[in-house]
Amino acid sequence: MLFEALTLQLGYNATLVAVGAALLGVAAGVTGTFLFLRKRALVADAISHATLPGVGLAFIVMVLAGGDGRNLAGLMAGSALTAWGGLICVQAITRRTRLSEDAAIGAVLSVFFGAGIVLLTVIQTMSSGRQAGLDGLLLGSTAGMLRQDALMIAAGGALTLALVLILRRAMILVAFDSEYARSIGLRPDRVDMMTMLLVLAVTVVGLKIVGLILIVALLIIPPVTARFWTERSTRVAAYAGVVGGVSGYVGAALSASAPAMPTGPIIVLTCFVLFLLSLLLAPERGLLAAWLRHRRFQERVHIRQGLLALAQGQEVYEPLTIRLLVRKGLARRDGVPTEAGRARAAKALRDEHRWQALHGLAEYEAISGLYDGLRDIETVLTADQIDELDAVLGGPREVTP
Amino acid sequence: MSGADFVPLSLVPILIGVFTAIACALPGNFLLLRRQALIGDAISHVVLPGIVLAFLVTGSTGTWPMMAGAAVAAVVAVVLIEAIRRLGRVESGAAMGVVFTAMFAGGVLLLERSDTSAVHLDVEHALMGNLESLIWLDAEGWSSLLDPVALAGLPPELTRIFVTMLGVAAFLWLFWRPLKIATFDEGFAQGAGIRTGALGMALVIVAAIAAVAAFDAVGSIIVIAMFICPPAAARLMTDRLEAQIAWSVGFATLSAVAGYVLAGYGPLWFGGVNAVSAAGMIATVSGVILALATIFGPCRSRTGAPSGT
Repeated sequence: MLFEALTLQLGYNATLVAVGAALLGVAAGVTGTFLFLRKRALVADAISHATLPGVGLAFIVMVLAGGDGRNLAGLMAGSALTAWGGLICVQAITRRTRLSEDAAIGAVLSVFFGAGIVLLTVIQTMSSGRQAGLDGLLLGSTAGMLRQDALMIAAGGALTLALVLILRRAMILVAFDSEYARSIGLRPDRVDMMTMLLVLAVTVVGLKIVGLILIVALLIIPPVTARFWTERSTRVAAYAGVVGGVSGYVGAALSASAPAMPTGPIIVLTCFVLFLLSLLLAPERGLLAAWLRHRRFQERVHIRQGLLALAQGQEVYEPLTIRLLVRKGLARRDGVPTEAGRARAAKALRDEHRWQALHGLAEYEAISGLYDGLRDIETVLTADQIDELDAVLGGPREVTP
Repeated sequence: MSGADFVPLSLVPILIGVFTAIACALPGNFLLLRRQALIGDAISHVVLPGIVLAFLVTGSTGTWPMMAGAAVAAVVAVVLIEAIRRLGRVESGAAMGVVFTAMFAGGVLLLERSDTSAVHLDVEHALMGNLESLIWLDAEGWSSLLDPVALAGLPPELTRIFVTMLGVAAFLWLFWRPLKIATFDEGFAQGAGIRTGALGMALVIVAAIAAVAAFDAVGSIIVIAMFICPPAAARLMTDRLEAQIAWSVGFATLSAVAGYVLAGYGPLWFGGVNAVSAAGMIATVSGVILALATIFGPCRSRTGAPSGT
């Protein structure tokens, strides 16, 4: 079943939904990157919760006009309207009052959502018992999706993605250096507004598949995941698109393959798994890489200190140091140095003296700043310079074993 | 409206609404000033996986397992957010977004996959609560307030949220000075020997307890609204912390009472027959209050800040 779902063999509608979810995921990931770079990730939360009253209003208007209240195009139009209203409110509160943006976000999302719930209870009392489809918009559901809805979602995802790609340069410029962007003729406030409109578009398109409570995850998690893998903004956007697309596709397929698998949560959890993997395994920024780096550093410090102790004829008590020295073949288990260990120890002590001599010499001032107790002196000085230093130190002395 | 109708049907829900609103608004004041307003949002989302897990582990929908599960989930979420922020070097808003959406999604999935149809546990209930159902069947009128037999039949939610409110108030009263200093000048607070890290964590935990107790009765949306809207409106009314807290308690009470009355009786005035969601209406009223404060509040602009920024 899962294999069929992943290879798009569950029928035309399921295929459309999977493709639509993938397109939506790519669009959300790329759009979310610009939100993330502007450090305004949670504005999306306010926008998405503010769609609920619009959904309710659109349903009521459509029913009163004698139509089918569940027409997806109508619901999407209504949700876009109130989401826009919510966005305006967040901006008005942030600009006109001293309240910070997070307070504005929280206020807007809870109040709009509350108003939406009031409208939903009004709808429940409106005799026509066909509001069942509205609950699906909270958490997303693709079960029983109409073909025209699936087509509309796929088209909406593709359109949003195209717009993001067209606007990407302007959005990156504004995210990193809005003053420079202004000087070359871009209007940062308008570009920000375009970003928010794209977020709004993603939210509205994702309403049916992911649901309005969780769509924000598809805007936030992919960029955060992508950020672990690269330091370049264009690549963050590209990787975020991939993460979002894979999550959307796999999530929609998984959800179609078994009953009681709500689409929105599955997509979000797929995305979260990708995030966890990146947090653990990413090179440079991942936890595993950081731990290995730490271990390597620890190893070098222990070996160096152990060698210095051996060179000065002191006993090594630290078990980890002894273990590391034994593993490198520099000492025996009882802490007595081997032949190679003695040579390395003498070298380490001599290097230490060379560094100390270096500290007193004015012409090596810049280099002496590089001293960290681990660096081999050959990596910063030429052979001639080392000879010069040795002349200051005097010849090598016997190390007492 | 006579006492015979009002006391059994509306008094208890209104009181629960008011106590909830105050219990959330009190810590909300400090969260707002510390720019942690969205912690309330995150906590109220992660309560869902907490109670679902508690149900799956204990197999009961009793109060204490639910409360414990929700509290554990809230603490886990706060720790996870902090861990992702530090270990992954992710900006805090984004870290919060990652954690609470993933945990909420996990909660929904668990709920759908497990057999909870027999018990009263579903997503809509978690979001919207069911304030209207908390009626006091044993009451017959105002006189029941003095009748010990009738009082014993009070919904347990009322006692719980009342105790929670008192607990929250006691926390603020006990730690008033350090909280105030740490909120406005963290560096000075550290210099004065206040452990600001522990204090901040304690504040978040108190907020989580308030959220969990409130969630039990009224659902998560109203919790977020009460954490943010009354304190935010109060912040626009005054420059003094003491006055701000007084205003926020007033606004919270007003939202709860007006919201409940509008939801219960408002539709009747417009010729409708059925009440609408009280929790949703309370959130809406608090939003209207905030909107009015945004337009007319005497202290709404930043003092001393350059205009236009």
